[in-house]
Amino acid sequence: MAEFEPVLTANIHKPDSHTLRVYEQGGGYQAIRKVLGGMSPTDVVELVKASNLRGRGGAGFPCGMKWSFLPKDHPGPIYMCVNADESEPATFNNRILMEQDPHQVIEGIIIGCFATKASTAYIYIRYEYPTAFRRLQAAIDECYAAGLLGKNIQGSQFSLDIYLHRGAAAYICGEETGLIESLEGKRAWPRIKPPFPAIEGAFRKPTVVNNIETMACVPHIVNRGADWFKSMGVPSTGPRDAGSYGPKLYCISGHVEKPGCYEMPMGVTTRELVERYGGGVWKGRKGKASIPGGLSMGIMTEKEWDVPLDFAGPGKVGCLGLGTAAVTIMDETTSMIDFLHNSCRFYAHESCGQCTPCREGTSWAERIVHRIKAGKGRLKDLDILLDIASSIGIIPGTTICGLADGAAWPIKNAIAKFRGEFEDDIKRTNPTGWMVEEAVEALELVGLGTGH
Amino acid sequence: MAIITVDGKDIEVRDDERLNVIQAADRAGVEIPFYCWHPGLSVVASCRMCLIETGQKNKETGKVDMLPKLVPACQTPAKDGTVVITNSEKVKANQRFVQEGLLLDHPVDCSICDQAGECWLQDYYFDYGHQQRRADIKPFTSRRRDLGEHVTLFVDRCVMCSRCVRFTREVSGGGELQVIDRGSHAEIDIFPGFPIDDKMSGNVNDLCPVGALCSQDFLYQQRVWFMQPHNSVCTRCSTGCSIQIHENQEHLYRVQPRYNPNVNDWWMCDIGRFENGYVHAPERINSVKRRNDSQWENLLWPQGLLAVASAWTEAALRHSSEKLAVVFSPFLTCEEAFLLASYAKQASPKARLVLGKVPIVDEDETFKKGFCIRAERCPNRRGIEAILSHFQPDAAVGWGDFIAQVESGAIRAAYVTGNYPEVWNDDAEAAKFEKLSLLIVHDLLPTPLARRAQFVVPGVTFAEKDGSYVNHAGLLQSASWGIRPLEGTQSDGQSFGQLLGRRGLFQAADVMQELAKVVPFFARAADGVPEAGLNLVSGTEKTPRTTELGTVTHPTPTFRSVASQLVEIDVQTA
Ligand SMILES: Cc1cc2nc3c(=O)[nH]c(=O)nc-3n(C[C@H](O)[C@H](O)[C@H](O)COP(=O)(O)O)c2cc1C
Ligand code: SF4
Ligand code: SF4
Ligand code: FES
Repeated sequence: MAEFEPVLTANIHKPDSHTLRVYEQGGGYQAIRKVLGGMSPTDVVELVKASNLRGRGGAGFPCGMKWSFLPKDHPGPIYMCVNADESEPATFNNRILMEQDPHQVIEGIIIGCFATKASTAYIYIRYEYPTAFRRLQAAIDECYAAGLLGKNIQGSQFSLDIYLHRGAAAYICGEETGLIESLEGKRAWPRIKPPFPAIEGAFRKPTVVNNIETMACVPHIVNRGADWFKSMGVPSTGPRDAGSYGPKLYCISGHVEKPGCYEMPMGVTTRELVERYGGGVWKGRKGKASIPGGLSMGIMTEKEWDVPLDFAGPGKVGCLGLGTAAVTIMDETTSMIDFLHNSCRFYAHESCGQCTPCREGTSWAERIVHRIKAGKGRLKDLDILLDIASSIGIIPGTTICGLADGAAWPIKNAIAKFRGEFEDDIKRTNPTGWMVEEAVEALELVGLGTGH
Repeated sequence: MAIITVDGKDIEVRDDERLNVIQAADRAGVEIPFYCWHPGLSVVASCRMCLIETGQKNKETGKVDMLPKLVPACQTPAKDGTVVITNSEKVKANQRFVQEGLLLDHPVDCSICDQAGECWLQDYYFDYGHQQRRADIKPFTSRRRDLGEHVTLFVDRCVMCSRCVRFTREVSGGGELQVIDRGSHAEIDIFPGFPIDDKMSGNVNDLCPVGALCSQDFLYQQRVWFMQPHNSVCTRCSTGCSIQIHENQEHLYRVQPRYNPNVNDWWMCDIGRFENGYVHAPERINSVKRRNDSQWENLLWPQGLLAVASAWTEAALRHSSEKLAVVFSPFLTCEEAFLLASYAKQASPKARLVLGKVPIVDEDETFKKGFCIRAERCPNRRGIEAILSHFQPDAAVGWGDFIAQVESGAIRAAYVTGNYPEVWNDDAEAAKFEKLSLLIVHDLLPTPLARRAQFVVPGVTFAEKDGSYVNHAGLLQSASWGIRPLEGTQSDGQSFGQLLGRRGLFQAADVMQELAKVVPFFARAADGVPEAGLNLVSGTEKTPRTTELGTVTHPTPTFRSVASQLVEIDVQTA
């Protein structure tokens, strides 16, 4: 592979990279001129479709296809919501883009709105990103002053307003319909679908929701074409795989020497990431496991680190997917019980609480793992945990949104892949408890139980 | 016609019915359990109790494409070709899991919970739950806080179905209730200092499928399984909500709305629901009384009525009968008014028939979804008017004219019916009756007017009698008695029948048939009055069966044991 030249992060190391001046010096806002200079919205949608750009927010949904779901000839308004809630644990690639190169994001949003005929865009940004918030706002102000936003952009027929909306910090506000509810000033309880946001979203109008990084890819596709975009990454491996193309920001965190956000073509492996970019597992230790793309995607063992991190890769080793491509490394000293405890605590804390299986399942799982950690575990707890994990989520169909799947996957993977460690830990920390219990169960099996 | 297949059984649904799969399955005799769905509220599909497997049957090939995952029945429309499976292991496993989840932190304090016996959580646990608890969580806090004058919340019993919240936002419009906190810590609450205190608040207690929201008034009064429900009609305003009265051993404990799309849908107001103390008021008049100077003499039945009748006949002879007036309270039923009017015409052919005082309180109060508490606080003005104008086609006389004629001496004897739920006249008004030579007052409570009368005849409340009312929109509805008339009293229909010289027991249905023949306004009632009423003005109305799902506020006991409960009652009243 030829040496990869950064695309999305090409500007970020320049001084004042967040200003309009530096962005334009680097060739910024050429794409928008190209679009306004003769492309139709359909042209842009078709171009993005041809590039096979897939959403970077977690689900990997083809972006051009999402745009084409909007009703044709709608009298408007149509809204675009840009998802900058970035609260998936260990994920910070949107943050780099917003803090270091906000104009790239805004150019993408303008083109996206042109393509979808949206007249207003809302950037929903999490509360914990004050620098990103300030820089985005400053960039938006610069754009209004430069005629890149507002009425009749660059003298064209196209007008657009962008509003920055600051959330109050909740994971569920990143779920697209939770985001819309929150934007409308309500409790972020994800909506049932149908209707999908493309038909009835924010303020009951057609709405597209896209991730910050997805939008940042758009100007480059316009500038350099769909074929250029598809020259990077992993081609489709079959009819059910839409392929994984383009550049991607990977986050590496956890037990590595050099945590950070690195841009690479789609399809790098975890081992490459750790060794080439992360400076290896820290303190000279060995790796034990990793999270492939945000906690919700589950967990990979060190042996699985050669699987490419593209949209299809993590699924091959039982993970949920690529997610946000935020990799967290755990070294050999990490206890999987601690890992699972932390994971379960997160989802129990963040479940919005409307679906019974998610609300009760996440909280029950947390309490079970808490008890195991406190030395009161029982072997059958592991089966109960697995049962909870397989009972919640949109994959079995028992919940409204994907948070529950995200809660389930770490449980499923951790117990499936590290069952021995859990069992040993339970037997070690609760030596008599588990035996008494097994004995009681054995008695029950032969009909000598206490009969309760 | 759409064909829907539920567990292999085909049922037909009219295209315009817009049923969801829960309702369609109910038609097929299959119960799908649910919590958050309610036919009168928006669909949130969040409790996930109603999940089923579904697919679509290809019309040509007959092949069924099933969706791979479970879907909520409440959110799935029943369309032509919809195939539903409600009894697969996958479906049952989810039902068990949801039940298990809901019970993780539930206090299970059923033994002291008002809802026990009509609690969905309890009932569903037996049908859809686990047999043994896997969780070793020992919860048992039972926190309680008051949310309003009539509403109290047992916080830990809540299953977070959000019905109560949606009700205040969508139906009553006050928006007082909300969810606070997140995940398993989520709770229902009010904004501090803003209790739920509008006049529809009691409905949230009905909506709550568990014992989380309880009625402050009913709390710890009675176990629900001891009470018998009776179909009735609320008499507190001219909306005339369809209601059920719940009674045990001659005591009225609870009033709840009964579904009627022609009137009140699933709702009723707090006045009709809670302000029923007068039914058991100790001061109620409980025998026929005759005043001898300042002494009251209690008369026995039926001699008391005979004395009243002879006093009336005597007055008709003494003054000419046009100096007599009979006042018809808008609280009388149509049947009663018909009998009394017949009596008045028989015993005093020229007596004036007067429409009694029509209480007006403020203005109509309309809520967000259209439910209306009418300013006219009586049930049957329209029915009475229709009957009076039949018997006395020329001049309608109202309460004001009547008083003026009493004061001027144009009227010398009067039979005044009251039966208002509160004291409806005062000393000043009563003093205007000074000049009468005979005053008979037929009433519930000892009002100043009753104290001036020569005769007092006891009336009974709506809960103690059969009869029909015509509401503001012309809808005729029948109510049945729930408790026996207070000791010493008898039903008003019985009393008027006896005055008229009829023998035997008063049968409201028979009198209604007679009325339908005699007074054309009531002609449509000749074959009886269906549960959801008959509109005598427009001539059309909806006729749901309350035994059908989606027509009741509670699946229990009205829905879950339909076969045993409601049908029996239907037979009784038919
Ligand atoms: C619980 C949950 C949290 C999510 N959080 C985020 C988030 O923080 N940022 C994001 O872009 N997408 C998030 N998503 C995914 C969004 O729902 C949505 O798919 C995405 O914003 C679409 O953008 P894309 O197509 O550009 O990826 C989340 C999804 C779920 C279920
Ligand atoms: S799955 Fe969980 S987070 Fe998502 S809507 Fe349901 S309860 Fe809320
Ligand atoms: S209080 Fe009752 S009605 Fe309200 S959410 Fe809880 S269970 Fe549902
Ligand atoms: S009744 Fe369908 S999800 Fe609650």
